[in-house]
This record gives sequence, C-alpha cells and structure tokens, in this order.
Amino acid sequence: MYRYDEFDHEFVTARVAQFRDQVGRRVSGELTEDQFKPLRLMNGVYLQLHAYMLRVAVPYGTLNSAQMRMLAHVARKYDRGYGHFTTRQNIQFNWPKLSEIPDALAELASVEMHAIQTSGNCIRNVTADHFAGAAEDEVADPRPYAEILRQWSSLHPEFVFLPRKFKVAVTGAERDRAAIQVHDIGLHLKKDAAGRLGFAVYIGGGQGRTPMIAKKIRDFLPEEDLLSYSEAILRVYNLNGRRDNKYKARIKILVHETGADEISRQVEEEWERIRHGALKLPQGEVERIREYFAAPDTLQPLPPSPALAVERAKDPEFDAWVQRNTHPHRVPGHVSVTISLKPIGGTPGDATAEQMDLVADLAERLAFDEIRVSHEQNLILPHVAKSDLRAIYDELLVSGLATANAGLVTDIIACPGLDYCALANARSIPVAQRISQRFGDIARQRDIGDLKIKISGCINACGHHHVGHIGILGVEKKGEEFYQISLGGSGDENSSIGEIIGRGFSTDEIVDAVETLVDTYISRRETPDETFLAAYRRLGQAPFKEALYGTA
Amino acid sequence: MTDKLITANHLGDGLVVFLTAEGGWSYQLADARVIPDAELEDALRHAKAQHEAQIVVDPYEIEATVEAGVPVPVRLREKIRAAGGPTVTYGVAEIAERAALRSMQVE
Repeated sequence: MYRYDEFDHEFVTARVAQFRDQVGRRVSGELTEDQFKPLRLMNGVYLQLHAYMLRVAVPYGTLNSAQMRMLAHVARKYDRGYGHFTTRQNIQFNWPKLSEIPDALAELASVEMHAIQTSGNCIRNVTADHFAGAAEDEVADPRPYAEILRQWSSLHPEFVFLPRKFKVAVTGAERDRAAIQVHDIGLHLKKDAAGRLGFAVYIGGGQGRTPMIAKKIRDFLPEEDLLSYSEAILRVYNLNGRRDNKYKARIKILVHETGADEISRQVEEEWERIRHGALKLPQGEVERIREYFAAPDTLQPLPPSPALAVERAKDPEFDAWVQRNTHPHRVPGHVSVTISLKPIGGTPGDATAEQMDLVADLAERLAFDEIRVSHEQNLILPHVAKSDLRAIYDELLVSGLATANAGLVTDIIACPGLDYCALANARSIPVAQRISQRFGDIARQRDIGDLKIKISGCINACGHHHVGHIGILGVEKKGEEFYQISLGGSGDENSSIGEIIGRGFSTDEIVDAVETLVDTYISRRETPDETFLAAYRRLGQAPFKEALYGTA
Repeated sequence: MTDKLITANHLGDGLVVFLTAEGGWSYQLADARVIPDAELEDALRHAKAQHEAQIVVDPYEIEATVEAGVPVPVRLREKIRAAGGPTVTYGVAEIAERAALRSMQVE
C-alpha cells in the first residue's frame, strides 16, 4: 500500500501542529465558535448531538494492521472503546474531548493517518471498490488512481472552497462495488480495444435530498489525462455551481439544470486548454504509485485445499460463512473475506477496540497485512489463502465477527441517525437492529437471498436509502418518528433511485412492513434465483403496494 | 402549557449541558432551571453571553414539561440529548447485551 514520502509526513505533521494551536486558542477563548467551526471541519471535527465527533480518513478504504491497531488505541484512549465505520470507508469516533483531539491526530499521523478533508466543501476521501487489487473480475487495481487523485486534491488551492462537498469514487471492474454512479465524479477503470487503460467518466450523481444517477460524459479517458480532465470538471463546477442555495450547490444540480451535453462541452473545452500542461500524468509516475499497491510477492497461486472441503462438509455454519462472506480472488487458492460488522441485532458498522485489534492481528498473521473498509460498513481481508479460512473463521467467531450475512437482508447499512447525529430527524440504528432480529434466522436469510436494506435518519441520505433495494427514510411527523419506504434502488452498475411506495410507517409498524415486502417477494418470485431487485423490476410497485396498503 | 429549558454543548468536551438556576451549567437534566416565559428572554441573553465567553457552544431553548418535579423535554431529539447518549447500548456493553440475550434464548 501507499507509504508517505517525506513531503507527506511533513505536511500531515505541520497540519496537526496548526490544528493544535487552533484548538488551544479555541479552548482559551481566543477564537469564537464561528471562527473555529470552519477550522475544525477542515480537520474532521464535528459537534454532534452528544459530543464532538472525529472522522478519520481511510483513503480508498485501505488499512494495514498497524493503522487498525492505532484506530483501536484511539478508540480506547480518546473515546469510549469503539468506533463507527462509515459508508465513505472512513471511521468516526463519537466522544473525543476537543482538547485531546490534537493528541489523537498526532498519534494517527505516526501511522500515516489523518482527518484532513473528511469534512467541508472540498474534495473528500476518494473511495474505491473494497475488493480492489484482489477481485477476480478486475481489469486493474483502481487504488493507484485514487491515490493520485488524493495527492492532487489534498489542499488543492483552487478547490478548497467549492460550492459544496465533492465526492469521487473509482472502480476497476465491470461489476460496480463502489457505487460510482451516485458520486460527484465516478470513474470506471477499463481497457480500450487496444488494451490501453483509461476511464469511463460519470459526473453529477449523488443522493441527499435530490438523488440523481450520474451521467456518463466520456466513454474512454486515457489514463494519462486523469488529472487534467478531473481539474477541468472541478473548474466548470467551481465556476458555475450554485453558491446561493446550499441545497442546490452540488454538481448534480448543475449537471441537471445545465444539461449533461452542455456540461460535457464545457468540460471538454476547458480540458482542451489544459490537457497538455503540467497535469499530464507521466507513465513513470503512474508506475511508481502502482508499485506501492502491488500484491506481496508471497501471494502466489495455491492448489485447492482438501482440508477446506472437509471442514465445510463437517460444519454447516462455517460452510454458510464461506459461501456468503468470501469473494473470488484473482490468485488461485485465495479469496477476499468479508468480516461482517452486522451481528444480528447489532449497530451496523460499529466495532470495539478489541475487535479492531483482532482484525489487525488476523491481517498481520494470515492476510498479508491488508484490511479494507467497505462502503457497506464491513471490514474486508482482501487476500486470504483458502487453507487459512477455518483458522480465521474460528477467531472471528469468538469475537462475534463471524456473522454469515454478507449481502443478505441483515447486512443493513444505517447512518448514526438521531441516536448520534445533530442533523437527523429519526433514529436509524434501532430500526436496523429490529429488522436484523426479525430476520435473524440464517436459513431464512439464505432463502431470501441478496437483499440490500439501507436506512437514513434524514433526507441527507448518509444511509444510502435511495439506492437500497428496500430503502428506509426516517422523518419526523407531528413529533413522532415515521419511516418512508422506497423500493428498487440500486448502487451498482445498473444504478437506480428507489421509488417511494406510499405513506410512511410508525416505529411500531416499520418492521412488519419490511417483512410484508419480503414475504410478497418470496411468494411472487419466479425462481429462488430471482433476487428481490430483479423481481421488483419485473413486477413493479403494484403487488408490493397492495400487500402493504391493500389498495387493489 | 410547556415550560422552557436552555441547553447547549460544553465547549471543552462537547457534552450536553443545561442552564441551572444559579446561572451555571450542569450535565444533569434534573439540575436544569425551568424557565417561565416571562423570564426566557433574560435567560437566553445570559446563555448567549456564556457562548460569547467561550464556556458553552450554541445555547438554545427547548420545550419541556415538569413531571414529578423533574423537567422532561418534549421533543424526542431533546430527550435523547438529555439522556447523554444514544438510545441503544454501544461498544463493549452492546456486545455484552447481545451475549446475554443469546444465552437467555439458549436457556
């Protein structure tokens, strides 16, 4: 993985010192909240419902064991022994004291981590496929490009005060596991007919109060033009994006109001001006960055593991876990493992310091020292020999991390909601927990098959409800929590925004409503292989509406 | 008819605090001063001055009822804030709670 050079170290250390001074002046009363707020936001510090919250960047979701151990240490020393992994592959700590945050950041800097640009109207942490560099179906590892974008966008003087925040996602496979079509810029790394690497470029996707699927403005952008083209997009947005209304300030609104063709023309025009300049990526530089992400030499093909087959036959629970929580790897004899942070009835995405330490230990001992955070709020060991699966499973089991539910109905995305968030209107976590308990039986989950439930506690959609197969949005109605259901959303290569099915449900009704939808799907699917999403797309809203409201 | 309380976050640790009868701040809802409408303006002015004195952050009024002598916020959001933490257990306690639940089911 990427290692800081001298410049990176100096830059992050200087930033910690600067923020320490700012915090000191705030605590001593020299800075007002109005003066301090933009400064703390630039360093990932929010003031939430109960306390300050620190969001630490995990660039493109990639960590090593030392970094994961440091997160565990920060959780213990500066927080309450746990952290929350987010849909942007970052981690949030919910209880730090303001005066101690600079110390936490200094410790994080010692393992090449920081909180820069995890907030504010700037280019945020670039996200990537959590199976990057490992997946069998990948054309190339998208992370070197995410890293190049990170370097270009970190404190880019022109793009520090954008009209609004800006999110970039990169995938290196046809199967989109990074939800690129609901990002401000989505990049699909691919090869052209001549075998050259480049990108299909999507812009103007996003969720929030105005969900939009991105428009493809270029089918193939050569690799060397990544930065000049990105800069051209950002320039068009920075110049023309609305600053008069925060709710209309994202690039998706600009693309929607101006039209994708016209935006594309403006981007191409700006690009033409700058494409042969300093931003053209030298091949040597791409190679240099790519080397950081090269798989370890010891990751070599292995013969099939007869022991694994025996263990699977012997232990149906282990077998179910292998079936659901492993993903095909490009190197024979290996898989990527999903460590579910969705225990039945648990808080989606939360992990204790002990669990983080265990994952770090497993990664170091048995998984080439690599860990990923997925945007679905799970952890991933990207490189695991099949012959080590049993050992890994046994240790995960002891720590409550072996739930065999990756991609199933209980693998729910949920934002922190009104339990933690100052913006939320309703709680998300208790709803996720109750749905998880209702469908806790693993045999039933496996029968239901692939089904993504995503829950947001307000219109800002941090819980990605717009792209949930079943999306749930919490609202406040006459002082009570209400939950609006949308169906048919998807954040993959065939992205779609879910459609609201009808009137909302009370806290008491919402879990029954979800179960009704699932039962309707089961009774109407053509075969057990037809997924919920496929069945919904075939059947439309009618049978689901009728089941919920009886409006035949 | 509801009464008012004034709440804010403490500058140093960010935790939720309530304006007390003495004009200071307490982490305990029970210590909150219940403010009649006629005195709200003065109390808010005092709270604002405390914000400007860099003691608390962004004070504001909330509605509350008094039940058995203890103020209870009206809105769920404020109930959750006043409780000082989420409505769900978290961290090690959450894991212990799930383990206890599982062992009950097994028995």
